[in-house]
Amino acid sequence: MNLTLRIWRQTGPADKGRMVKYRVEDVSPDMSFLEMLDMLNERLTLDGDEPVAFDHDCREGICGMCSLMINGAAHGPERATTTCQLHMRHFADGDTIDIEPWRARAFPVVKDLVVDRTAFDKIIQAGGYISAATGTAPDAHAAPVPKADADAAFEAATCIGCGACVAACPNGSGMLFTAAKVTHLGLLPQGQPERRERVLNMVEAHDDAGFGGCTNTGECTAVCPKGIPLTAIGQLNRDFLKASTTSAR
Amino acid sequence: MTLYVEGDPVADTKAPDGPIETRWDRHRFESKLVNPANRRKRTIIVVGTGLAGGAAAATLGEAGYHVKSYCYQDSPRRAHSIAAQGGINAAKNYRNDGDSIQRLFYDTVKGGDFRSRESNVYRLAQVSVEIIDQCVAQGVPFAREYGGLLDNRSFGGAQVSRTFYARGQTGQQLLLGAYQALERQVAAGTVEMHARHEMLDLIVVDGRARGIVVRDLVTGEIATDFADAVVLASGGYGNVFFLSTNAKGCNVTATWRAHRKGALFANPCFTQIHPTCIPQSGDHQSKLTLMSESLRNDGRVWVPKEKGDPRKPGDIPEGERDYYLERIYPSFGNLVPRDIASRAAKNVCDEGRGVGPGGLGVYLDFADAIERLGKDAVSAKYGNLFEMYERITGEDPNEVPMRIYPAVHYTMGGLWVDYDLQSTIPGLFVTGEANFSDHGANRLGASALMQGLADGYFVLPNTISGYLAENSKLEPVGADHPAAVEARFAVERRVARLLNIDGDRTVDSFHRELGRIMWDYCGMERTDEGLRKAIELIRGLRDEFWRRVKVPGSADDLNQALEKAGRVADFFELAELMCVDALHRTESCGGHFRGESQTPEGEALRDDENFSYVAAWEWSGSEAPPVLHKEELNFEYVHLSQRSYK
Ligand SMILES: Cc1cc2nc3c(=O)[nH]c(=O)nc-3n(C[C@H](O)[C@H](O)[C@H](O)COP(=O)(O)OP(=O)(O)OC[C@H]3O[C@@H](n4cnc5c(N)ncnc54)[C@H](O)[C@@H]3O)c2cc1C
Ligand code: FES
Repeated sequence: MNLTLRIWRQTGPADKGRMVKYRVEDVSPDMSFLEMLDMLNERLTLDGDEPVAFDHDCREGICGMCSLMINGAAHGPERATTTCQLHMRHFADGDTIDIEPWRARAFPVVKDLVVDRTAFDKIIQAGGYISAATGTAPDAHAAPVPKADADAAFEAATCIGCGACVAACPNGSGMLFTAAKVTHLGLLPQGQPERRERVLNMVEAHDDAGFGGCTNTGECTAVCPKGIPLTAIGQLNRDFLKASTTSAR
Repeated sequence: MTLYVEGDPVADTKAPDGPIETRWDRHRFESKLVNPANRRKRTIIVVGTGLAGGAAAATLGEAGYHVKSYCYQDSPRRAHSIAAQGGINAAKNYRNDGDSIQRLFYDTVKGGDFRSRESNVYRLAQVSVEIIDQCVAQGVPFAREYGGLLDNRSFGGAQVSRTFYARGQTGQQLLLGAYQALERQVAAGTVEMHARHEMLDLIVVDGRARGIVVRDLVTGEIATDFADAVVLASGGYGNVFFLSTNAKGCNVTATWRAHRKGALFANPCFTQIHPTCIPQSGDHQSKLTLMSESLRNDGRVWVPKEKGDPRKPGDIPEGERDYYLERIYPSFGNLVPRDIASRAAKNVCDEGRGVGPGGLGVYLDFADAIERLGKDAVSAKYGNLFEMYERITGEDPNEVPMRIYPAVHYTMGGLWVDYDLQSTIPGLFVTGEANFSDHGANRLGASALMQGLADGYFVLPNTISGYLAENSKLEPVGADHPAAVEARFAVERRVARLLNIDGDRTVDSFHRELGRIMWDYCGMERTDEGLRKAIELIRGLRDEFWRRVKVPGSADDLNQALEKAGRVADFFELAELMCVDALHRTESCGGHFRGESQTPEGEALRDDENFSYVAAWEWSGSEAPPVLHKEELNFEYVHLSQRSYK
């Protein structure tokens, strides 16, 4: 099939950026979206143009490196699918596709479609861990965890940190990301000692990093490639409330 | 032409002796310690934030050392370890099914086809137990049973259930555990994190590793950084084949540059080809996706009996199908080890009986399992894998058999290290997939995660402090040291050279062609003639690369084509060494199958008399042949035997 692409080009943080139109021909429906962009980049290179910069690594939906707003939707039209897992069979011959970077205050554009997501690392630094220095652990069977809790903790822990939630949110909020980690660790017995400080510190780091507040629009969960549910944010809110009323801080 | 010359043997001088059960304990006791008050003055560079690097950086930070951590992705959480699916082995014997440290040790030595060191493997099995404790304490949500205890499964044909897992995302959960521990140390100020930085050379001063040259991938700036010791945890080099299950950025640059600075490279030709991957769909293919090995527990592998049978799988009657694994290996059937399953698939495809595009695929059929267990039970086990398959191929495995084909997955070879995980350059340590150590000629399923974390959490932090304690007075080195200036200039020159060629072929076109050569001649079956031809082809293509490659853009900002070009340039040199290694090892062992060395039934035939050694290669310049140093392997505890899965 033949497609028209309108791609955001921006040489660097100082550049204003603009949409640029490209034609791609002979796209196979079996190609992944990123393979389609590879094909475009091969041609741009031979034509003496600069290829389009975009982030990617594993290309199997798990590293969280790929991004892209595709026709206004984070990771494109398929539910629970990262851009790298999206295949061209979901598009039709003659389509025009708009491709833009994640846009959020906390994620400045680095170049073209590449953004800086280190703000997420800062949230984790603030408390997204259990303090268990190497070599100090008791036997793994010392504390059984009810299967239901373990499964729910796992579901929350599947977040890949891609940032689609932030890109989709009208407020540029990173609350779903933060809540996924708070929920994961808060459901486990090992996570209890630091539970209160964790939620307070992570939310503070979230706000400091320039993410907006959550107003429950639910756009985040709709685009989340791992289907992290909105109930995680409910859990975070409950933990936050409890911690702010009882914390020593 | 002389392909290589033989030098002196190489010995693991750190190898402990005495009873194998006490070796690691005694070794730790005998090694010196760094006083806690002095640790923050000692600096360690760790390249890589996968399981091996992330775990090491976090642990060294906790111990109080000053750590500088590097990765090429935008966050340490994205290292390729994240993609591991199936699980991690540990000799916990929670199932009470007869597992033990001894058994894991034995299985690993035998599975590696007797090309690994007993002492190292024994230590790995010992430490495996602590890994699970550590991960659970960090909050890794492993699968559990209804009683709240950890669940285990049998993996890769093991006779005991020793694999711990977190659905199909074990690597992700383990890596996030290590990443969170790492970020905790970043917050504590012990670890400095440098994401989006690529190591492009090693700085060696007075024979010791003292620093690295890095390129900031955002600004393009080339800088130097220094430390008392350098750790490379930069992963495997499967991407030399272009198509593999590795992430696109996986590369050999860090270890190859260290090799060029004097570190020996061991067993480069030992590559693992995984039997169950989604076949290539066309020339646009950029990577291959693994379908977990667990599928072989219930799926049956077959191809049509007739060559070039054009019928749809459903139209081929039972009697006209060849369930070749069940036929050839009646006792293991569909569960034969990876190398055997891969080669059998290749053989039937070579006979013209392959299915799907280009005849490069075999069926993995769940119809019997669905009939036996019901669709719901099959989906509960494999639902997410079926979805992943359908997303990529557009076909539903509940309706049509899956098509699978082998793909490059893991590299057992890597930089040579001693028992302390130290390379032949003092002060340069190598961990995880980047080293060669524990898997011999074939890695067992769920053992790479185990090794990465064993190295990172438990082995390296102990051995590196021994080195630092013994070398308490290293001269400070700065950016103006002649060795540093020279290394940085060399990197700058190379970057400029790549950009200036301005030829007419893209980097990817070269990489694809190189990968094709490697797959055809240094893949599942290798022969003298084929390998010689490959070496010729690689040399020709490499020359062409340096004349005709076109790298657009500039050196002064984010330039992904430039990053790829540097990696591919190193792959060319590695590829040639892999072929030389494969050519010199005229035996078959593990994942290395030499057409000339097989039993009358077509199975791999080892030659212990002549090849019971590690082949450690020394770089001697791009014009001179590499030098082979042999490390003899001795087996005191496991008796050499021929593997049989019939
Ligand atoms: C699809 C797949 C599934 C797998 N499943 C399993 C499984 O179920 N069980 C199992 O045991 N094993 C599995 N493996 C193997 C296992 O995942 C890997 O061997 C292991 O994770 C490697 O870990 P590592 O820490 O050595 O390297 P990696 O995780 O690859 O990390 C490498 C790090 O080095 C950095 N790096 C590399 N080069 C440079 C450079 N030049 N400069 C700066 N930084 C650099 C990267 O940024 C990254 O941080 C699987 C592998 C694949 C591909
Ligand atoms: S590239 Fe890894 S999730 Fe898309």
